[in-house]
Amino acid sequence: MEFRFTDEQRMIRDTAAAFLQDVSDSSAVRKAMATELGYDPDLWQRICQELCFQSITVPEVYGGMGLGQVELAAVLEQMGKVLLCSPFFATVGLGVNALLLAGTEEQKERYLPAIVDGALTATLGWTGAEAARFGGQWGCEAIGLRWQACENGYRLSGELRYVIDGHSADLLIVAARAPGTAGRDGVALFALPADTAGVSREWQPTLDQTRRQARLQFTDVLVPACARMSGGEAAGRMLDDILALVKVALAAEQMGAAQKVLDMSVAYMHERVQFGRQIASYQALKHKAADMLLKCEVSRSAVYYAACIAEERVNPEGDARLADELAEAAAMAKAYCSDTLFHNAGSAIQLHGGVGFTWEYDVHLYFKRAKASELYLGAGTAQRELIASLLLD
Amino acid sequence: MKLTFTAADEAFRAEIAGWLKDNLCGEFEVLRFRGGPGDEHMFPAERKRWEQKLAEGGWTCVGWPREHGGRGCSIEQQVIFHEEYARAGAPGRVGHIGEGLAGPTLIAFASPEQQQKYLPGILAGTELWCQGYSEPGAGSDLANVRTRAAQGADGRWMLNGQKVWTSLAHESDWCFVVARTDPESRGHKGLGFFLVSMHQPGVTVRPIEQLTGTSEFNEVFFDDALAADIVGAPGDGWKVAMGLLGFERGVSTLGQQMQFQNELDQIVRIARDNGAARNPALRQRIAEAHIGLRLMRYNAMRMLSQDSNNEAGPAALVYKLHWASWHRNLGALAMDVLGPEADMAESAPYNLTRLQSLFLFTRSDTLYGGTNQIQRNIIAERGLGMPKEAKGNL
Ligand SMILES: Cc1cc2nc3c(=O)[nH]c(=O)nc-3n(C[C@H](O)[C@H](O)[C@H](O)COP(=O)(O)OP(=O)(O)OC[C@H]3O[C@@H](n4cnc5c(N)ncnc54)[C@H](O)[C@@H]3O)c2cc1C
Repeated sequence: MEFRFTDEQRMIRDTAAAFLQDVSDSSAVRKAMATELGYDPDLWQRICQELCFQSITVPEVYGGMGLGQVELAAVLEQMGKVLLCSPFFATVGLGVNALLLAGTEEQKERYLPAIVDGALTATLGWTGAEAARFGGQWGCEAIGLRWQACENGYRLSGELRYVIDGHSADLLIVAARAPGTAGRDGVALFALPADTAGVSREWQPTLDQTRRQARLQFTDVLVPACARMSGGEAAGRMLDDILALVKVALAAEQMGAAQKVLDMSVAYMHERVQFGRQIASYQALKHKAADMLLKCEVSRSAVYYAACIAEERVNPEGDARLADELAEAAAMAKAYCSDTLFHNAGSAIQLHGGVGFTWEYDVHLYFKRAKASELYLGAGTAQRELIASLLLD
Repeated sequence: MKLTFTAADEAFRAEIAGWLKDNLCGEFEVLRFRGGPGDEHMFPAERKRWEQKLAEGGWTCVGWPREHGGRGCSIEQQVIFHEEYARAGAPGRVGHIGEGLAGPTLIAFASPEQQQKYLPGILAGTELWCQGYSEPGAGSDLANVRTRAAQGADGRWMLNGQKVWTSLAHESDWCFVVARTDPESRGHKGLGFFLVSMHQPGVTVRPIEQLTGTSEFNEVFFDDALAADIVGAPGDGWKVAMGLLGFERGVSTLGQQMQFQNELDQIVRIARDNGAARNPALRQRIAEAHIGLRLMRYNAMRMLSQDSNNEAGPAALVYKLHWASWHRNLGALAMDVLGPEADMAESAPYNLTRLQSLFLFTRSDTLYGGTNQIQRNIIAERGLGMPKEAKGNL
């Protein structure tokens, strides 16, 4: 048992932190979030060419760095800190993870090297309007597409919502179900280029401007047989595993952002003087900050642990017993980090006073990101219900 | 980062599990899942014999260095030891203050002669210790101790004063006491760290009844009580006392967590049996408790795995606040899962069920070892560099 960063992991994290602080400051974020694309394509190319983060988890046989989920989490933590506007989360957190778990050899050979080259961005779409029912549902029950076998391949139709960077991604990985099926039954995964005939895409304005979401309409989309991903009958189960990896990735970002709003608040509390004292000297505020730190530290432990488990699942040589913990570890990390970021961002507004309620100060960007990322994939209540069903039913 | 254990560690797991299976039986059968905070008053004699049994097997002080008689276990092995110990339902350790606090402090700060005098009794499970820090006027403000230590012509130190809330003093052979060596001094200056026999004239132990109706802690009065030793120089008391508090956050926290796990398991079983598991709000809280405990474990693992970079420093700072608040919530959850049955005591006149004791006793978790408020002060000041609390002028 070795539950700390290796020197290499520390180096990756520190490199990411230094670079991102430079390129993704407040004004860069605000500029990028005002564009329809939602990110700066030049910066994305710099990330791909200079730092190669997009290839971090791609195995070396496909030209990637061949690192694991812990390294991915370390980088996402730093991206969360600066609210980086980029297709990284969609491409690597969603797309590459889906390819790693469910891609056929042919799909991996076709898509992973292109991602490594920085030539291809990707995303994962599975939810339809159903996702918004009962306060948010995100598993197989929310699948928005139908598939049918046809000559030479498959026919897909339906609507996808809440697809992160779905308006701009080059590769779409989607889940669909056979008509008349429910739950994990009848689920199939497909990988198709976004310009496939019959796919129309539209970005949806969002409360959290730092991350784009899109609505995708599939009208009799014909895909070749080779577009179907592996998993067969077990594709539903595979989708759940992919979503668990995404939860871990998102939790890593949330944890980084939660730490950043705490740091911003502590800095402000040292500057701001009221009643003749730095407000940092008031116990009511110190205790609020202490609670924020506690939540950050526990979140950090949750994320790194879940990332270790995720690695055991993704790595073909992983420990099967640990890999079996994936659903639980991911749900715990997502639950705790969602609550933490929302709590910390809310506290940060309070600690900043009136300026915390302005557009000019960045606190609101974190607060909005907090709510959006809390709801995506299911908030704390949904994750806890998943845990409860494992424990109690 | 790697969560898996080596084959050697797994062999160690089999060894301790096997030993517990062979030895936690017969006269010790009654001790399963007994003892620990809130249940400390139960089976003291049997639990003292159990300490000695453990010692015979070489299973006390497993984390102490070999040169001091310990097993020199790695962090991984200590983790495994505590896991298996609690998994087997082995009883709460009456020797924990000696093993976890006094021993490591003596190893760090005491002279070789003192170490030879005190460590063997702790290792053998024959000498129990208690902690004499708090006083009526010195709780959170620990540096305000008034107990006086005066040096006689023969060089020996004589104590006068009163301690309070001293856990297990009535079962203990020794007490480590923070007392004022310089009567003119104030605050953390002019203190000494003393080792005092509880079996001598001039030491009076008076049990205090707790809100549970039982007594685990005491008032302790020193009237010309002789200190057997002073650790460090007069005036070093604060340094030694604070060093000791650092050991409180050691590996034993993992054993404590396994006890928490046993409690949570019991609550889960009840919830399934009585239908509380179908109540959506309680489901949420049970899941939350489960998550909190797992994350407590990961946090401890991260803190124990730290290397020279000490990146897990803040994780150690928040640890007490986290577990104490979590455990207090667990006590309340136990009652809510039981519903009206939670109010029904085990027997007259006032014998409480284990879960009632848990509920009541956990109110102290957020007090002892530094209250939640004091913990937050420490986190803000040391973890976040916020200004120190203003000191009063009374
Ligand atoms: C079950 C139990 C076992 C114990 N065992 C031992 C033992 O074995 N040995 C031993 O030496 N002691 C022991 N203690 C004592 C324990 O360490 C003290 O009770 C604790 O430190 C609190 O001190 P106090 O009781 O004097 O409360 P006080 O310090 O009087 O605190 C009263 C309230 O004021 C708050 N407060 C005080 N100062 C501040 C501040 N600066 N900022 C904000 N809030 C503040 C506290 O948080 C608390 O809410 C035990 C206590 C309990 C309950």
